[in-house]
Amino acid sequence: MLKVLLFVGGLLSIIGAPLAAAELVLATTTSTYDTGLLDALNRSFEELLGVKVKVIAVGTGAALELAKRGMVDLVLVHARPLEDRYLAEGWVINRRDVMFNDFVVVGPPEDPAGVKGAPTAVEAFRRIAAAGARFISRGDNSGTNFKEREIWRAAGIEPGGRWYLLSGKGMGDTLVQASLMGGYTLTDRGTFLAMRENLDLEIVVEGPVKGGDPMLMNPYGIMAVNPARFPDRNYVLAMAYIGFVTSPEGQRIIAGLTVGGEPLFYPTALREEPDFSEYVPRDWRGG
Amino acid sequence: MREIWGSVEAAFSLLFHPDRYLLSTILVSFKVSGIALLICFPVSAALAAAISLGRFPGRGAVKLLVRTAMGLPSVVVGLLVLLVLSEAGPFKGLLWTPRAMVISQLVLITPLVLGVMISSLEGVSRRVAEAAHVLGANRLQVAWAVMREARLGFLTAAVAGFGRAIAEVGSVLIVGGNIAWADGTSYTRTLTTAIVVESRKGNFEAALAFGIVLMVLVLAVNLVLGLLGRPEEAR
Repeated sequence: MLKVLLFVGGLLSIIGAPLAAAELVLATTTSTYDTGLLDALNRSFEELLGVKVKVIAVGTGAALELAKRGMVDLVLVHARPLEDRYLAEGWVINRRDVMFNDFVVVGPPEDPAGVKGAPTAVEAFRRIAAAGARFISRGDNSGTNFKEREIWRAAGIEPGGRWYLLSGKGMGDTLVQASLMGGYTLTDRGTFLAMRENLDLEIVVEGPVKGGDPMLMNPYGIMAVNPARFPDRNYVLAMAYIGFVTSPEGQRIIAGLTVGGEPLFYPTALREEPDFSEYVPRDWRGG
Repeated sequence: MREIWGSVEAAFSLLFHPDRYLLSTILVSFKVSGIALLICFPVSAALAAAISLGRFPGRGAVKLLVRTAMGLPSVVVGLLVLLVLSEAGPFKGLLWTPRAMVISQLVLITPLVLGVMISSLEGVSRRVAEAAHVLGANRLQVAWAVMREARLGFLTAAVAGFGRAIAEVGSVLIVGGNIAWADGTSYTRTLTTAIVVESRKGNFEAALAFGIVLMVLVLAVNLVLGLLGRPEEAR
């Protein structure tokens, strides 16, 4: 019996033992992880500083909530209005623009709602709603989901009814579901390109990367968790990571990631002329 | 259908030529679920003996609670453990580690293991306990005799506990974070959470192949445990 107790005690002490310090926890979206971008960035970062990066791939909303609870060191997300809220509330600081790609509206090749040729996403969404064609929403507070709701609002439509489904899943799962169900959805171009060969879907409305609707712009921002609120988070390494991702080397890695010759993301951090709007909430009027 | 056969082929070629990603993922799965079971088993055995052989008020309520907890949804367990670990304190450093996964699996499988153990003890207890008592055994000796009689039930409890642990996705995904290092080595990625990643990417064949690998390995574990559990005269 004593032996059993000692054995259990030993196992429990394994669980409670202190951990090594030098590691970085990054919360980000499935779009940056599933495309392989973060593995590429992290390999170089680890080589440069010998620091391993833990990537928690969730939606933008969840990533910022993890930051708010001090569970991660930094976030790389794509929903500017939401980022601005967490910046304004002081949970995250030192925001930088990293890169953009764009959203596209995709749907079945037969295009049952006649969306092809719609000049804007708003017009496309109106046609889908009018036809009652199936639309698969992420419904998960992700950056893509925020953009989708923004488009419905701009179209003056409150989506509902049997044609409108919430997948509650990541972009990849949602694309798969749209493909299997013959539905339309809004997706970031990167995930769609990376998965295109597994999908029976076509782009029906182009985003700005291909000269389409400017509303479908999809910028990514990176920011650190506020060290004044979470002193035990690794702020120094978080800033080193932000520095790396926005450096010529990091930006070169981002630009180099392609699928079938098409870039998945376009780097935006390097500018000779300053653009202060990246640092502060967009409605900020400081003196 | 074609895809399913493709997955079976892919699974077996993976099993015979495992890469670093697969090996490290298998290792994390077995390490986490194995340690959870190793901790859970003796603790549950002691608790089961106390609950089924002891005489104390509220015993029925405790058993009802255990049986109800057998149905705990794994995502809820994951979220609870996540929020507890995120509170500042000695456990904060455990977030996004295999240890956090062990903790959430402990919470998840202990009611199941405990419930099966209690049932198997109650199946034998009165008869054996009376016999042992008549033979002059003290309380600890009675408990030991009953537990010996219930060992097949205890084996079932272990198999069920390990099975639930290694097959669950929800809690390990949340508290472990599904992390693989950039060089393709798993840190907190298990076979089940790897299936989530592959199916999210639309790689259904790879996802199914990982599932088949998982089932083959669980089969191997059950064969070994089955040998241990054979009645003595058959050995």
